[in-house]
Amino acid sequence: MNQFAHFMTQVLVAVVQVFAVAVGGPLLLGLMRKVRSRLEGRVGAPIHQPLLDVRKLFAKQRMRPRESSWVFGAAPVVLVATVVAVAAVSPLATTHPPLGQSSDFFAVVFVLLLGSVVLALGALDTGTAFGGMGSSRSMTIGALCEPALLVAILAMAISARTSNLPALVRVGLAHPAVIASPARILALSSFLVVILAESGRLPVDNPSTHLELTMIHEAMVLEYSGADLGLIIVGESMRLVFLLGLLVNLLVPWGVAERPGVLFFCVGLFALLAKVAVAGVMIAIFEVFTAKMRLFRLPELLAGGFVLALLGAVTAVVAR
Amino acid sequence: MNSATYLSFLEIAAGLVILCAIVTLWRRSLRAIVRALAVQGMALGVVALVLGLHHHDDVLIVVGCLVVGAKGFFIPTLVKRVLANEPMSRETSPLVNVPASLVGAGALTFLAYGATRPVVALVSTSAGRLIPLGFATLLIGFFSMVVRRKAASQIVGLLLVDNGIALVAFLATAGVPLLVELGASLDVLLVVVVLRVLAVQLWSKFAVLDLDELQELHD
Repeated sequence: MNQFAHFMTQVLVAVVQVFAVAVGGPLLLGLMRKVRSRLEGRVGAPIHQPLLDVRKLFAKQRMRPRESSWVFGAAPVVLVATVVAVAAVSPLATTHPPLGQSSDFFAVVFVLLLGSVVLALGALDTGTAFGGMGSSRSMTIGALCEPALLVAILAMAISARTSNLPALVRVGLAHPAVIASPARILALSSFLVVILAESGRLPVDNPSTHLELTMIHEAMVLEYSGADLGLIIVGESMRLVFLLGLLVNLLVPWGVAERPGVLFFCVGLFALLAKVAVAGVMIAIFEVFTAKMRLFRLPELLAGGFVLALLGAVTAVVAR
Repeated sequence: MNSATYLSFLEIAAGLVILCAIVTLWRRSLRAIVRALAVQGMALGVVALVLGLHHHDDVLIVVGCLVVGAKGFFIPTLVKRVLANEPMSRETSPLVNVPASLVGAGALTFLAYGATRPVVALVSTSAGRLIPLGFATLLIGFFSMVVRRKAASQIVGLLLVDNGIALVAFLATAGVPLLVELGASLDVLLVVVVLRVLAVQLWSKFAVLDLDELQELHD
């Protein structure tokens, strides 16, 4: 009986975390747009506008290109599924998520990147010029991100002596000095660069443009409509929230529920939402003041991210 | 200050020194590069201050304050004057492009880590473990002098080398004598002044600050 109760709590924790990420994703998108418009002197749409957009999209007719195969239809589903899977097992609101033993940082992040690969495949599947262009650009960026990401995780794993995500957060809670160590700071800044690049935010890709010369992510999803597009918007925003949630929990873990209990979990959930909202607002403010980088300058940014991560790993080894 | 906070302060300051060295390779705008240099100078001073406070060494505290003043404010201001002619000046075409030089900097960091292992083994204090970072700063400075073309970038490279040497000195010996430190700093100051004169001459002759212009002899 006790085991059953434990199992049910774990399922509940997973469901709540996934729900928070799923609703929080579009809301964060709306919040970031709101901050941006306010800073530009506009009133802007209400914060829940992306949620309404998604509802509208789900009600609309779904059009698929005639020559496309099942890959095109599967891509949005797989994208959302990957985020749901990792959001369930990651230490977002509590440091003891279900299947916490197996929620390894490498595994989580690379399951997440599966979503980008599938999306690129879906875009290629239609055979249009824009889809191919967007996929090729997105994969280029992905390939440049990957070394930075791997080494950044390695740097954090060296100083904490584990790459298990809940353990990484717990180490941060137990020894705040680990968070202030240059290894963790450098690795997390590199992680931030990768997050911005992977979720198509401003110095890398402009999320609000449809100019064919510059768009990356928008070019990939150009052929999608109706519920497919809704799934993609939800999936992409969930991914951003999830990655930011990981980042803030690794950077400022305070508030995350360490002990079982409804109260602790609620506090953890609210702390997570508040922290992610602050991070989102900061990114939005940063985006107001930056211009999109030229595509050919992107390797510089991502090589910089790689070197930051490498420095983090070296200092972790040096300071051990 | 207990030894854990002392170490983490030291780690952060030393990490900042090498981070700024990387930033000078990363950014193209010379103003941003000089700003990174100023931050690096301050971080270096903080290293000396933290060491001085931990070891209750008054001379080291004085040296730390002097380093913050000289390398954090005075020398960067001098270098900035070199840029006064070209306020929007950028490092447009380094011999090695930016991504490659960043990866090169990563490789140099590894090299520094490997090369300083005997030194680290020799130094018994816990601060000694951070010596590879100073050595890496030095190597990155050399690298930047080799691949960069603008006069100001060359000065920055030289200052990186000097900061790297100073960091190694602080960490390895817990403070060089005041006189030696002052002598080295004055040396660097003189070099900066000479390079500034060179830059002004270059500017009046060619209206660019590109050392590649200096290819033939004139009377």
